[in-house]
Amino acid sequence: MATNHDHGHGHDHHEEHEQLKVLGFWIFVVTDCVLFGTLFATYAVMMNSFAGGPTGQELFQLPGVIASTFILLTSSFTSGLAVLAMNKGNVKQLIAWLAVTGLLGLSFVVLEVTEFMHLMSEGATMATSGYWSAFYTLVGTHGLHVTLGLFWMTALMMQLKRRGISAVTRRKITNFSLYWHFLDVVWIFLFTVVYLMGVM
Amino acid sequence: MWENIKDFASTFFVTGDPLIYGADVSIVLTIIAILFVLTKYKKWGWLWREWLTTVDHKRIGIMYLIASLLMLFRGGVDALLMRVQLAFPNVEFLHSDHYNAIFTTHGTIMILFMAMPMMFALFNMVVPLQLGARDVAYPFLNALSFWLFMLGAMLFNLSFVIGGSPDAGWLSYPPLSQNEFSPGPGQNFYIWGIQISGIGSLATGINFIVTILKMRAPGMKLSKMPLFSWSVLSSCIMIIFAFPILTVTLALLFLDRFAGAHFFTMDGGGNPMMYLNLIWMWGHPEVYIVVVPAFGIFSEIVATFSRKKIFGYKSMVWAMMIIAVVSFFTWAHHFFTMGTSASVIAFFAISTMIVGIPTGVKVFNWLFTMYRGRISFKQPMLWTIAFIPCFVIGGATGVMLAVAPADYQYHNSYFLVAHFHQVLIGGVVFGYLAGIYYWWPKLFGFKLDEKLGKWGFWFWNIGFYVCFMPQYALGFMGMTRRYYTYGWDRGWADLNLVSTVGAFMMGIGFIFQVWQIAYSIKHGERDTTGDPWNGRTLEWSIPSPAPFYNFAVVPQVKELDDWWETKEAKANGTYKEQPAKLEPIHMPKNSGIPFIMSNFWFLVGFGFTFGWVWMAVIGFIGVFACMWARSFQYDTDYYVPVEEVRRTEASLGRVV
Repeated sequence: MATNHDHGHGHDHHEEHEQLKVLGFWIFVVTDCVLFGTLFATYAVMMNSFAGGPTGQELFQLPGVIASTFILLTSSFTSGLAVLAMNKGNVKQLIAWLAVTGLLGLSFVVLEVTEFMHLMSEGATMATSGYWSAFYTLVGTHGLHVTLGLFWMTALMMQLKRRGISAVTRRKITNFSLYWHFLDVVWIFLFTVVYLMGVM
Repeated sequence: MWENIKDFASTFFVTGDPLIYGADVSIVLTIIAILFVLTKYKKWGWLWREWLTTVDHKRIGIMYLIASLLMLFRGGVDALLMRVQLAFPNVEFLHSDHYNAIFTTHGTIMILFMAMPMMFALFNMVVPLQLGARDVAYPFLNALSFWLFMLGAMLFNLSFVIGGSPDAGWLSYPPLSQNEFSPGPGQNFYIWGIQISGIGSLATGINFIVTILKMRAPGMKLSKMPLFSWSVLSSCIMIIFAFPILTVTLALLFLDRFAGAHFFTMDGGGNPMMYLNLIWMWGHPEVYIVVVPAFGIFSEIVATFSRKKIFGYKSMVWAMMIIAVVSFFTWAHHFFTMGTSASVIAFFAISTMIVGIPTGVKVFNWLFTMYRGRISFKQPMLWTIAFIPCFVIGGATGVMLAVAPADYQYHNSYFLVAHFHQVLIGGVVFGYLAGIYYWWPKLFGFKLDEKLGKWGFWFWNIGFYVCFMPQYALGFMGMTRRYYTYGWDRGWADLNLVSTVGAFMMGIGFIFQVWQIAYSIKHGERDTTGDPWNGRTLEWSIPSPAPFYNFAVVPQVKELDDWWETKEAKANGTYKEQPAKLEPIHMPKNSGIPFIMSNFWFLVGFGFTFGWVWMAVIGFIGVFACMWARSFQYDTDYYVPVEEVRRTEASLGRVV
């Protein structure tokens, strides 16, 4: 009855269909922008709602945050290198750069968790004040995105190993790198609004 | 041990109200009946293969439609219970707590679990057919959207027999919705039911934007796209900008309740008014999200049943797009009484009045389309004609509410209640019903009976005015919303009784419609031509019900109202037959993952509702596993061979 998808002229359809999925992913990124925008707005409203508790200025340790900023920026660069490797058709290099990106992403997450633990030990938790609720939610949502990205990346590396570079895996890597760069951009805003403006 | 179980059951299940016990019994009986029928007739496999795993947009549309009609029933029963309670002064039919729960679930269900799925039903049933496409852009995601909606709606509806209903109003304002004043699972059901179905709505928004932008038949430029598809595009653009705000708002409220955060609390630096701003930044576009597709439906119907091209096509498109933008700048008119500065209030008052202008343009366009048309008063057209005066009155009272100084008088009164019911019933419900009558034959292959439908129509319409016109007056007389009872001395008794009579008339109208559907399944006029209304757009060029691949040959579009032009050309003898060549059709495979994954989401929601974190964790792991499994699936589509297409078309009486 039904034949499989690698039918004679299946290729055009596939290529076209994969392009469709990249467009959809762009629109998803738009929705994610609105999501972060709402969180930023909430943070802005809560900026001075310390309720007598500790402030960001008292507790932030900038060196750690600056380190994680550079780590994330570098990972964005390496994910770009991964895409370049894909365009050259070099699977091994592609997987290697993805692995480097993943390790950098992982260290970013570890640094963030360490920072949160430090802040909580200093008595700044979600329940301390409106400010800290907004802080943990905004920064944590970004961290959660990065963490999900790590799992996604792992799945993609496994698929690349099995299937190499095809129209489908190419689209997946394209979407992934879009996602990763987007998180980088969000972090730059986050770093500026939360940390730099917080200690000023 | 036994004591523990009894203890648990008495808090887990809602007890103490005979109405609820009645509901319990009927739910259990219904479930047993369904299980029995499925097992007796060996339909489990059929249910799984044909429905639970389907990615066919038409079937998903049908499932949305069934779900939304059930929710219309549930929300309608809520409404009637309220009207019974208010029919006379000092009635002791419902306790105040129960009344609070009922007006809360009535509002939430009618907007999020009735209007939204009925809208998605129409999107799914119509848009791909109208565009000349074989499916939506992402069929798998489409199925996921549906099941997320369905399981979210089920979670929400469960609250009235398990745990207790939310009772802090349909938008769940803090501080009332915080733990302090609303302990227990009710508000959690609210948060998670909406959150889960909201993710589905967001995905549908993305899906249909891409479908409309990328899947149109060759030759169909945007400037030749039918107006209903335009309205869907406008609505989906609003969805992708509005729904993330809802997601965040509900998440923050959840963090307040679950993790002791201080976003909307009275202490710890929280700000309850921030919730009102956030929820209405979603909520106001939301009402346009549901009403703009109704405008699209009216545009199709007016043109078809007046036998004329729509008047002012371009201005229609502009109007819908302007509404999509301006709707994001009116949210604060829901709480002028918050007490911001005069300039802020002036801004929102003016923007609210401005949003009425494109809507007025559309009303004139519909009227001019009818002018000198050969109008036939079939059911879809009846609802359209009923809509116009109803919506105009609703719009006028809306402008009255937009006058900020006067709004201090109307705020939260029955004047407001009457206004938004007039635009939501007169606009959204009439529109969707018109659309359902119009496209029903395309989906099911038969028309809905005219005679029963007219009974339903008149009961709905007369009932509507009898119900809501008195409420405008009651508002002026000082009756505010959410009163559960009142005394004889207020002088509201007569008008309230009239209003209750009207509500029951609408209920009778609904019963006529259910009867109409049941009757028409057997006796309805069969649609053998595929074009029962002498339609204008592509969906009428294929057989009814449409085959699963929709179009055997993808149409080449040249004109706006291409199918009408084709028919004209055939009549004039100027039509040139295009040699049609059948090719294998590329189709997506069914998948069980959307259904399974949504059930895991249900576990997440249910776990958090009762504070059982372990259950939520299991749910999250399941959701994650489903996503992982899907990522590794590569064999997701197949080709329908030419021979099968030819056979299917022949069985539908078409030669290709």
